[in-house]
Amino acid sequence: MSDDFRKEVEYVARLSRLTLTSAEKDLMAVQINDFLESVKQVQEIDTTGVEPTSHVISMPARLREDLIQPSLPLNKVLQNAPVREDNFFRVPSITSPTEREDG
Amino acid sequence: MKLYEKSAAELSLLLKKSEVSSVEIVQSFIDRIDRVEPQIKAFVSYTPESALVMARFIDDKRMRGEEQHPLAGIPVAVKDNICTEGIRTTCSSRILENFIPPYDAAVIESLKKAGMPLLGKTNLDEFAMGSSTENSAFHATRNPWNPDMVPGGSSGGSAAAVASAMVPLALGSDTGGSVRQPASFCGITGLRPTYGRVSRYGLIAFASSLDQIGPFSTTALDNALLLSVISGYDLRDSTSLPNSVPEFHSDLEIDCKNLRIGLIRQDPSDGFDPEVIAAVKKQAAFLGDAGAEIEEISLSMIDCGLGAYYLIAPSEASSNLGRYDGVRYGLCIEGEDIESMFSDTRGRGFGPEVKRRIIIGTYALSAGYYDAYYLQAMKVRTLIRREYEEAFKKYDLLLGATTPTPAFKLGEKVDDPLQMYLSDICNLNDALAGIPSLSVPSGIHSTGLPMGIQLSAPPLQEGTLLKIAHFLEQRNENHPKRPGIQLTEEGSA
Repeated sequence: MSDDFRKEVEYVARLSRLTLTSAEKDLMAVQINDFLESVKQVQEIDTTGVEPTSHVISMPARLREDLIQPSLPLNKVLQNAPVREDNFFRVPSITSPTEREDG
Repeated sequence: MKLYEKSAAELSLLLKKSEVSSVEIVQSFIDRIDRVEPQIKAFVSYTPESALVMARFIDDKRMRGEEQHPLAGIPVAVKDNICTEGIRTTCSSRILENFIPPYDAAVIESLKKAGMPLLGKTNLDEFAMGSSTENSAFHATRNPWNPDMVPGGSSGGSAAAVASAMVPLALGSDTGGSVRQPASFCGITGLRPTYGRVSRYGLIAFASSLDQIGPFSTTALDNALLLSVISGYDLRDSTSLPNSVPEFHSDLEIDCKNLRIGLIRQDPSDGFDPEVIAAVKKQAAFLGDAGAEIEEISLSMIDCGLGAYYLIAPSEASSNLGRYDGVRYGLCIEGEDIESMFSDTRGRGFGPEVKRRIIIGTYALSAGYYDAYYLQAMKVRTLIRREYEEAFKKYDLLLGATTPTPAFKLGEKVDDPLQMYLSDICNLNDALAGIPSLSVPSGIHSTGLPMGIQLSAPPLQEGTLLKIAHFLEQRNENHPKRPGIQLTEEGSA
């Protein structure tokens, strides 16, 4: 496994918002390297002029009428909230302490 | 014959003739579950009380002479990635361990409307990612034919529950073979309907362009009955098909004389067990003897499906699983800032296979790689669809093995993802093309394990598949309706 590939895993893990242990990063670098080798066959296929499949069943998009429909009541929407404050989901601050002081 | 040994159609008839009550039927399956579940471990959640409430309700309606659906009062189990209002729905993941959905999936609404008591939620590979049900965060499910073997996956809990007569019917979901492969490993019938035939509303998404809910049963007739219940247009699923739904169960007879069948060439040099190939040929011979025209074919794109699938499915999964961040539901690991909260929640909540697929998917979608991986895979998907379209100009349906081998041992492939992925090799292309595909038992391997054949048809031709499955059931003396092994009555392995 090259260091480059481990760095790639770290970069992608950050993009995915996924904390990985050092052992997980090592294992994943090897497995993903193997995986990408195994999908090389797909890359070798000539797809010149071929449209990608975006919808497996070809049908025109249907729009519903623009009517107000009942939605889930608030207590049901919030029933699984890990941390709740009044009728809100509570999360840590999305700004750093410095940004808050500047703001 | 005990009630739990009967098919759903047989039970339906007994109910109709008032020879038995729904409560008696449900109680028979509850007793069966109590005996064999400790050994098989098919369930994540078990709901006998609410099932009995529904059974009593149905019995009362029947007493009043009200019209009933044929499956009213017949119990069912549902894969635990299908939302059930008020009943824990975990996806066999720590991240959703305590999630209680505030609404029912469309298929659950349909089961309730038909009056089918829900006996529980079945085990799966976490977020339906896997082929053995060993990736569950809670426990592995065992194959009722041999508890040392896997039941297949990801819908292994549902397949094992039906095969061991803990329920007559169950629902699974099939993204790349997750209904058909476990059906084959457990010796039962499993159908992946046409993409869009069954609403995905309330099915917790893995790969949205591939996911499809499908029924498990011991007979084609039972499968047809359940498919009729769950099919139909749903405004809440934008990919739902508006086509009318036939009563699949009303006529399962078929005249094979006008059938043209493409027999997919599968070779031992490609890892196919010779007995599996022989079983396929035997089933083809039954159809040939009845007048069907059988011709061997090779699909040139078949080997490309695996690579395309394992680029497309993780890419869509990495996007779908972005919603698990500890804010609105599920596990939450609190942190100093929101990014560490998201990352630690996901790092602790997801298991190894899910993390691997999120990383692969994010990589395949990331800047600089999108065209080379995801876009190329979607173009290859178009070529696979075209190949099927060409094949179906010549043949009414295609026939081949469902899996290259019978069920493998627990733990045998768990550390080798690429080997694990190969067990779905026969199932992926149909999923990529969005066509209906069914696995029906084809006999017993010399190891004592069941084998299956896979039938594939053009879009919306589920009826043809079920008719052929019904025809083969009548002619196959080895058709394994229930495991040949004796489950220990105490439930110990």
